[in-house]
Parts: sequence; structure tokens; C-alpha cells
Amino acid sequence: MEGHLPDVLVRARGLTKRFGSFEAVRGIDLDVHRAEFFGFLGPNGAGKSSTMRMVGCVSPPTDGELSILGMDPRRNGPEIRARLGVVPQDDTLDVELTCRENLVLYARYFGIPRRVARSRADELLEFVQLAERAGDKVEPLSGGMKRRLTIARSLVNEPELLLLDEPTTGLDPQARHLVWDKLFRLKTQGVTLVLTTHYMDEAEQLCDRLVVMDKGLIAAEGSPRDLIGRYSTREVVELRFDTPDHGDVAPKLDGVVERMEVLPDRILLYADHGEAALAQVHERGLNPLSALVRRSTLEDVFLRLTGRTLVD
Amino acid sequence: MTLAPAARAFEAYVYGYRRTWRGSVLSTFVMPLVYLGAMGFGIGALVHTQSAARSLGGMTYLEFLAPGMLAASAMQVVIGEVTWPVIAQVKWVKTYQAMVATPLRGDDVVLANLAWVGVRAGMTALATYVAMAAFGVVHTPWSALSIPVGILTGLAVGTPVYAFAITRQNESSFSLVFRFGTVPLFLFSGTFFPVSQLPGVVRPLAYASPLWHGVDLCRALVAGHPALRMSLLHVAYLGAWAAVGFVLSVRGFRKRMVV
Ligand SMILES: Nc1ncnc2c1ncn2[C@@H]1O[C@H](COP(=O)(O)OP(=O)(O)OP(=O)(O)O)[C@@H](O)[C@H]1O
Ligand SMILES: [Mg+2]
Repeated sequence: MEGHLPDVLVRARGLTKRFGSFEAVRGIDLDVHRAEFFGFLGPNGAGKSSTMRMVGCVSPPTDGELSILGMDPRRNGPEIRARLGVVPQDDTLDVELTCRENLVLYARYFGIPRRVARSRADELLEFVQLAERAGDKVEPLSGGMKRRLTIARSLVNEPELLLLDEPTTGLDPQARHLVWDKLFRLKTQGVTLVLTTHYMDEAEQLCDRLVVMDKGLIAAEGSPRDLIGRYSTREVVELRFDTPDHGDVAPKLDGVVERMEVLPDRILLYADHGEAALAQVHERGLNPLSALVRRSTLEDVFLRLTGRTLVD
Repeated sequence: MTLAPAARAFEAYVYGYRRTWRGSVLSTFVMPLVYLGAMGFGIGALVHTQSAARSLGGMTYLEFLAPGMLAASAMQVVIGEVTWPVIAQVKWVKTYQAMVATPLRGDDVVLANLAWVGVRAGMTALATYVAMAAFGVVHTPWSALSIPVGILTGLAVGTPVYAFAITRQNESSFSLVFRFGTVPLFLFSGTFFPVSQLPGVVRPLAYASPLWHGVDLCRALVAGHPALRMSLLHVAYLGAWAAVGFVLSVRGFRKRMVV
């Protein structure tokens, strides 16, 4: 087993997680391939973290098959975890310790010799641009810095498979881009990454392949471009009207496009040629407060698949 | 299981202690001096009568009290270490979440944590022992064995309390543990007065308490005439509490952290 890495690092069939009678993950199938950047996109409560925790071998599956790095989590938990990097949804840093101490201690849990742990901690702090905070306590660091520190910590054992549960939630755009840049660099180094997010732009930017997850099930699977091609049109027209209820306006737009979504605050028209659709809207004598023609995104895929928006 | 992973997790507790050790060490070593000084001399002067001497088996009150204090204060420190800090590691600092994501297993983590608790008990026992020596209560080499007995007593009480604490959602029940657990154990397990002074109906309770076994053994060791059979019985009884408590702790940890 040692040294031999299978092509499929995560393989799940009918993977299920129940908490009491509640089914959080309802029999999903997954294959994550070596050197792939794989994503779970889904709203709150979709079952993303529950799945990640099973893959991370800290939560035993209730049912179904699961194999990680070619091994069985039920029997080889410690061996598997030794080769994983984990960024949990909630930070688990010890805020009373310094950045460096957090990394060194964590490295010790993996049995990494102290001297190696110290030099690796310094390299990783450099990598996530926290070198000048190495000796500072974690407590006063910003949310983005803590997240980067957690990412650095997940790399102390040079993992083959990195699990990132919402690595950028709560970060400002600049901090997110910094994290994306680091993750992308890891991918170029051959690390396999699995990420959860409810940011469609994050999934689109980073993932080679992703699954859209909702209510414990996988609604669709493919590359971002694939999914958009399959479930949406090339362009979308977003219209906002001066009305308390966009449902009242919707009938007047009948027939402009094949598919239309009416949201509380706007109407989306799905069209391959957005400008042409917008011209038709104006021809009908309708005057929206604002009109925006944009490219389809994974958000539109999600809306199509579940009838709901991702971030509500 | 090999002990190496637990030993590595143990380092985390040493690290954590380094940030508070100054204050902690000071109070650990000053408290027994204050306690033994005040109670041993203060109360000792009051109970210096013939009937008192008879009940205390011919010892001065300080000689009677000090070994009991050694066991009782080890227990008290341990209870503090396995209540709030356990919830903190589950919920506030989330140390346990961090640990279980690594190759460490539940039993490694619990073993490391309880080993650290044992170290804290040992520090407290040692501090009391030093105070005893300072007050001239230590006469025989046997008495040094009261330090490991203090550790064992701490763990005999501490492991079941850990097993309880790990099941708690918050810290609210710990004040009850203190009020209805620590305090009565502390007062009625023969530390301050012989259990024979208690009403007959509650005496069996005192004899069942692990603390009494620790107190009695420490006292016999410090007095320099431990009876072999009784001593072994005490050790076995304390060991049984610690062992059952450990098993329950590991079980509770898995139930809480591996879901
Ligand atoms: N330990 C648990 N006990 C009971 N229910 C749980 C537990 N963990 C998760 N759940 C439930 O399982 C469902 C899925 O939760 P999960 O955390 O996997 O969702 P998620 O997709 O990660 O959501 P979010 O985007 O909010 O993080 C939720 O309804 C949640 O309440
Ligand atoms: Mg989650």
C-alpha cells in the first residue's frame, strides 16, 4: 500500500450519514481523481460538511462504501488521516498560542520530528504570508489571517489530499483572492484538493470538476463550463422593476424567452442572446429600473436545479 | 496500542501550561504552606487534648491533617482540570476537533489528557509534601510514597469526572459537581477528622469514597507504619476507580467527538 497511490483518491458509493432519524447525506456517489481540484457547491445544510467529515475519517459513515487513498476509513483511520490535510469549517486554532506554536504542535500530532516541524512551520508561514506574525499570538489576527494559518497548518504533513471546508467564508475579496492563489499553487504542485463552498465564483474559478449538492443529494456533476452549458443558456438578462412584487410583472414578459425565473427582487431571462431579449422587453413598452446582461454562472445552474438561490 | 501518539499529544498540554505556569506554580506551592500553617497550628492548638490525641491515634493534629491534605488537594486540583478545561477543548478552543483530524485516536487523546491531569496531581502532591517537610512532619522515607498515592487518588476521582464532563453540553453542571461532589468528599473523607467520628449511617459512604482510601494510605505512609495488606487494598481500590473511569472516559470521548 505504501508509496502506491491509486488514481481515485476518494471513492464513495451510496455514502450515507444519519444523525438519529435525520438523513444529512442521502446515498451519494463520488470519485475524486488524483491531482484534481474537486468542489462541493451547495447552500447551508446541504450536507457538505457531513460529507467532508466522513472523507476526513473523523465521522464514520452510517451506510454505503467509502475508500480514501485506497483504504477503508473504518479500519485505517489513523493511516489515512496521516496523509490528509484538513481545513475544518470552524477554525480550531489555539488562539492563546503563537502562529508558529500552532503549526509545530500540530505537526507533532503527526509524529513529525521537532526540528523538521519548526523549519516546516517557518516555510509554511512564509507561504501564507504570515512570516512576520510567526511569534504573535493567534487571538488578535484577522479572520482572513486565521484562515490562512489554518491552511498552513493543514499542510504540515505534506498531505496528498487536502480537504477544505469553506476556506474563504467570511473573508473580504482581497483575502479570498490571496487564498485562491495559494490553493491554485498547491494544485500545480500536484496536491489533490477537495473544497466546499457556497460561492459560485469560487467554484468556477478553482474547480476542475464539482458536484452541486442540495438536501443531502447530488443534483448534478461536471466541470463548471459543462454544468453551465447543460443547465443554463449562454447569457442571462437581470431585470428589476419598480414594483413590490415582481410576480405581477412576469406575465407581461411571457414568450420573450423560453425560460424565466421570478425572484422576489428581480426577474431573470435565460437567453443565448441577452441584448436581443432585452430589446424585446423594451418593445413591449416595459421600463425596468435596471437591466443587466451577463454570462450564465453556476448560480443559474443551481437555481435551475433546485428552484432556489445559493445564498439567500 | 502504542504510547507514542499519546506522548506527542501530551506535549500540547505542556505547551499550554507554559503560558500560565508562573502563577500556577506559585499558588501550587504557597497554598499548602498556608493551609497546613493555618489549620495545623491554628486548629491543632485547639484540639491538643488527651481525647483528641486518642482519636487521632497519638498523632499531633498537623501530623494527622497533612497527609490527608496531600491526597485531598491532589483530588481538588484534578477535578478542576477535568471539568472546565474539558468543555473548553470540546467547544471553546476546539483542541479535540483539531486532534481527531490527525492520526491521533480517541484513546491517544484521552490518555494524553489524563496523563497531564496526573502530572498536575503530582505537582500538587509534591508541593504539599514540601510543605510537610518544612513543618517537620516528614520522618521516614516511606512518606515520599504519598506523592504517587496522591496522583493515584487524583486519577481515581478525576477519570470518572472526566467521563461525566465529556458528555456535558456546557459548564452549568460543574458547580453542582463541586457543591455535591468535591466539597463533601473533601470534608467527610477523613482529611480533617477521622471517619470514626461520623454518624454510623454515613460512615460506609466515607469508606466507599476513593478519597478516604487515598487519605488513609497517605497517612499510614507518612506515619511510617503502613500495613501491607491494607495498603494493597487501598491501591487496588483506587486503581479500579481510575481504570473504570478511564474506560468510560474513552467511550464518552468517542461518543462526543466521533459523530
Ligand atoms: N452532529 C450533528 N448532529 C445532528 N445533526 C447534524 C450534525 N451535523 C450536521 N447535522 C445536520 O445535517 C445537515 C447537514 O449539515 P452540514 O453541516 O453537513 O451542512 P453543510 O452543507 O456543511 O452546511 P453549511 O453550508 O451551513 O456549512 C444539517 O441539517 C445539520 O443540522
Ligand atoms: Mg458546512
